Amino acid sequence: MEVRNLKVYYPVRKGIFGGVAYVKAVDGVNLVLDKGDIFTLVGESGCGKTTLGKTIVGLVKPTGGEILYKGKNILKLNKHEYLEYRRNVQIIHQDPFSSLNPTKTVFQTLSFPLKRWGIARSRRELIEKVSELLSLVGLKPPEDFLFKYPHQLSGGQRQRVVVARAISVNPELIMADEPITMIDVSLRIGILDLLLDLQKRFNTAYLFITHDFGAARYFAAKGGGLIAVMYLGKIVEVGPAEDVIHDPLHPYTKVLMSAVPVPDPELSRKKKLLKLKSLDIPSPMNPPPGCRFNTRCPFSKPKCEKEEPPLVEVKKKHWAACWLYTS
Amino acid sequence: MKAVDNVDLNVEEGEILGVVGESGSGKSTLALAILRLLPKTARIADGHIYYKGKIDLARSPENELKEVRWKEISLIPQAALNALNPTLKIVNHFLETAKAHGVHDRKWVVERASKLLSLLRLEPDRVLKSYPHELSGGMKQRVLIALAMLLEPTMLILDEPTTALDVLTQRFILDLLKDLHAKTNITMMFITHDIAVIADIADRMAVMYAGKIMEVGDVYTVFKEPKHPYSIALMKSIPSLTGSVEEMRSIPGTLPDLVNPPPGCRFWPRCPHAMDVCKKEEPPVVELKPGHLVSCWLHARR
Repeated sequence: MEVRNLKVYYPVRKGIFGGVAYVKAVDGVNLVLDKGDIFTLVGESGCGKTTLGKTIVGLVKPTGGEILYKGKNILKLNKHEYLEYRRNVQIIHQDPFSSLNPTKTVFQTLSFPLKRWGIARSRRELIEKVSELLSLVGLKPPEDFLFKYPHQLSGGQRQRVVVARAISVNPELIMADEPITMIDVSLRIGILDLLLDLQKRFNTAYLFITHDFGAARYFAAKGGGLIAVMYLGKIVEVGPAEDVIHDPLHPYTKVLMSAVPVPDPELSRKKKLLKLKSLDIPSPMNPPPGCRFNTRCPFSKPKCEKEEPPLVEVKKKHWAACWLYTS
Repeated sequence: MKAVDNVDLNVEEGEILGVVGESGSGKSTLALAILRLLPKTARIADGHIYYKGKIDLARSPENELKEVRWKEISLIPQAALNALNPTLKIVNHFLETAKAHGVHDRKWVVERASKLLSLLRLEPDRVLKSYPHELSGGMKQRVLIALAMLLEPTMLILDEPTTALDVLTQRFILDLLKDLHAKTNITMMFITHDIAVIADIADRMAVMYAGKIMEVGDVYTVFKEPKHPYSIALMKSIPSLTGSVEEMRSIPGTLPDLVNPPPGCRFWPRCPHAMDVCKKEEPPVVELKPGHLVSCWLHARR
């Protein structure tokens, strides 16, 4: 998948007498996803990461720029190509409760895509394939889960069923938006390990979206992927996981890394917090001129208020959009 | 369902005690029980909750509890952000809360509310005039803290106060709470599943699992030398920015049945060190060193 200068603006009515303002949820994003790539998108709420994810999977229409699937604009695919795209790009949502139809058993839920895409037809084939999927996602023995309803499963088990559904059609890309946020903390790594295992087996690419920096680091580091930090609709930094986490370049990333609590009482109390100039988050309807972060950046200079810095490769494979690194 | 099963816990005046546990650990139930705010479906089956050595909250009649709630001990429950009445201006939230606890002096309430809001880095005039929807998540959380402190309680119980907040807002609120604590020496019981937050803010911590306390100690000790297998496994299972990614792993298995818990230690089915005795008898509480307690057969003399 190739995302070129993607813009997604949501129109918002200004007052009763009309006039429209736009929430610039995604405002010029570029990225490339190859088979088996792991791309983790982090940011705080309102940064545009969920919108970006939804646009890539076709749930939201771009306002500007384009998304190319195998070289073709997703808005210009013919019927056959479009079906291929929808089959090959799957989604895992945050809430395993609402992602599963409460009136269908696990077997019914998982059979549906298999039947729809002609992967299995007879009842015997379906039971075999669904059992295979359940084993793959760690729900063993499969017989114990086949005919259960979602309410009979725990949150972690439900999420595994959601993962099973996503992989049942052998997708090339899975967009997972906060897949572990509603799972118990001690079980979260289990779900991430499952996704990584599937990546190794089937060379699935992942777009993993989260606000949890610890989870992002784990997923990207173990999967050998990249972490991209978003702020107000733009990617401000992107690079290999351990580089972005331990050697952040962009001031926003630096502030975030210094702000996240760490499970070490000594380190917590020694850590020097990088202070922001202002606590006010600018509105995505009216992002500041120049660099979007300039109103809060502890390192801002006059140039930052006038011109937007481009995303440049500052260190090997480690990019940042900041005037500190570009003259 | 035995949500809290035989819990012994001390909260020292002026300390920040962290209570960490996952869903089903009983930590939220414990918080509600202290102020007897449990839902109608729950009841305190047994035990005592001694406050300042004077009264037993578990047995107090409603009129005594009324004097304790909000005036001595306040609770900011989970997802409290949604508890603000959307039809009431913030100032009226303060006035109503005061009235509900028998304080009718409007001038005093507004003055006290303003002072608290300032302490929490909010503009009192602006915030008091606003409706909840006009405030951000971080601002609402601060209003809740101010509301909880309105009648000058000795102790605050906070249940997941920063869970729904963004990283930067969470950092701000945590630092504010530390600042507040330093200025007023208010006692805090900080309940969360996020051990990193506990490491950040708490003086002492208690680790809960399936309704029981597994380990208690000061934060430095418990983090440096965790002794209970659950504490150790929990710390390994939470991906953080520090530590080696290779050593992180989930805890296999699931919570035991809390309605009819099997005999022995609640954690044994998921414990890498489970022994025969663990499956039969509940472990005693052992004091490894002053202040560091653990409930585990590995550390008890049989």
